[in-house]
Amino acid sequence: MSLCDLTVHEVLDLIKSGEVSAKEVRESVLARIEKVESRVCSYITMTPELDSDGAFHGLPLALKDNICTRGVRTTCGSRILEHFVPPYDATVVTRLKAQGIGIVGKTNMDEFAMGSSCENSAFFPTRNPWDLDRVPGGSSGGSAAAVAAGEAMWALGSDTGGSVRQPASFCGVVGLKPTYGRVSRYGLVAFASSLDQIGPITRDVLDSAILLSVIAGHDPLDSTSAPVPVPDYVQDVRRDVKGLKVGLVREYLGQGTEDGVRSCILKAVEVLTDLGAHVEEVSLPHTAYALDAYYLIAPAEASSNLARYDGVKYGYRAEGAVGLLDMYQRTRREGFGEEVKRRIMLGTYALSSGYYDAYYLRAQKVRTLIRMDFQKAFSEYDVLLGPTAPTVAFRAGERTSDPLSMYLSDVCTIPINLAGIPAVSIPCGFSGGLPVGLQIIGKPFSEAIILRAAYAFESSTDHHKNRPALTGEGGEA
Amino acid sequence: MIDRETVEHVAHLARLKVTDEEISRFTGQLSQILEHMEKMKALDVNHVPPTFHVLEEMVNVMRGDTRREPLSQEDALNMAPDPAPPYFRVPKVIELGVDQ
Repeated sequence: MSLCDLTVHEVLDLIKSGEVSAKEVRESVLARIEKVESRVCSYITMTPELDSDGAFHGLPLALKDNICTRGVRTTCGSRILEHFVPPYDATVVTRLKAQGIGIVGKTNMDEFAMGSSCENSAFFPTRNPWDLDRVPGGSSGGSAAAVAAGEAMWALGSDTGGSVRQPASFCGVVGLKPTYGRVSRYGLVAFASSLDQIGPITRDVLDSAILLSVIAGHDPLDSTSAPVPVPDYVQDVRRDVKGLKVGLVREYLGQGTEDGVRSCILKAVEVLTDLGAHVEEVSLPHTAYALDAYYLIAPAEASSNLARYDGVKYGYRAEGAVGLLDMYQRTRREGFGEEVKRRIMLGTYALSSGYYDAYYLRAQKVRTLIRMDFQKAFSEYDVLLGPTAPTVAFRAGERTSDPLSMYLSDVCTIPINLAGIPAVSIPCGFSGGLPVGLQIIGKPFSEAIILRAAYAFESSTDHHKNRPALTGEGGEA
Repeated sequence: MIDRETVEHVAHLARLKVTDEEISRFTGQLSQILEHMEKMKALDVNHVPPTFHVLEEMVNVMRGDTRREPLSQEDALNMAPDPAPPYFRVPKVIELGVDQ
């Protein structure tokens, strides 16, 4: 193992005791990037000049390329923003900088965060460090792959329907989607504004708590950021789980869930039971409708948000247009990729006159039923459990020609976004040599509790200590 | 489920130029997706209120009526494809035979 394979809290201890310098850690990450990036392809833009001031000594973080960085291009994985250089920093970036966290690069993603495999990037696909023939998940695939491969100490992604948790699951790392409103969205390029949330991707749960502490809290620049006090996640995480009431979501283990995934989840239930938690099965009866509601609501919001890309104020503009309307239409045709166009079409249709009630409004009502499922479950349980994804990482190219099969990989993560609640994916074993993610779901603003359950599980297992063999440094699957 | 004409109409609403081949592909794919969504119609949602956002307790977030430093004109125009300071320049809006 190299320094870049350790967790942030481990290297902070080593720096504090004088055993290593922060510079050595930063150089270790840069050396790893040099060694593996040509195969993994995590980054769209590198920003390796790391400042060392502040509490976190410039420890390198990988930032998803839909989070604005002043003076550094922010592409969203799209041709339409290929040369876009934001004039301001996202609030999370301001907070990272204030704590001395260094941004080492902007990571690859499905275009405008629409996708589950990173294959919808306009530039190149990212590969899974555990098996280069497989996808890293998406849409925050570059961030998850970078953390798994030691190309960053930690990362931020964004999660609209599972885009932090599903790639974390596929890459064997920890991915947290906070409660809607917990983290400021100011400077996050909007996809579906009622669902989007920025979250940490890290190598273990303690690092997740540390990074959440840095980015959480009210921001006057985001009117949907919640004025709710931020607890001490790092302290809370160490408390035990004796007597914790846990509901295992029956529907998430149903049809479509691979046997290898199911058996890892059931083993995780045993571990938590041994730690003193009470685990019972619980039903969320409207789960089967969540995917449909999501694929109306998210594209509807996206079609509205993406109306701003018109070739006027910033971004790509098509050449040779005759008149304004022609310029709009050519710009959007040439600037957007296939999946983005498909979702704009779907969303525009769902919002169009004559279909609004049948599709969009109905979907928002189904969303209420899904929220009520969770409210009922949380009247009896402290946290809920299930797999993060029904399968392990799938092969590259396997689902690109069938959009619906790609959408189905988010079936266990989407309901959480619709309900606006927090959930974390943590490594809980391997199936056929590939990582499996355990998803722990909580009530609004109960990040401290789900992180505590995750930490208790992690502390009594070794799954999170595995590293991909790709690095050639003794990791094994 | 959804026909070529509707796809063409929606593409126009979304200001997307689409080829014949794309219209065929989108017609097929959108039909398949919308068909999957048909089962949602089995649910009785007549008396269920919609959830447009999840932060129930937050209504009309206001800020103080105080002056803040705005984005400078230079910064705002800096990324424009065809700036003509202090304006954004666009192709002619009124052009015979272009708008429908």
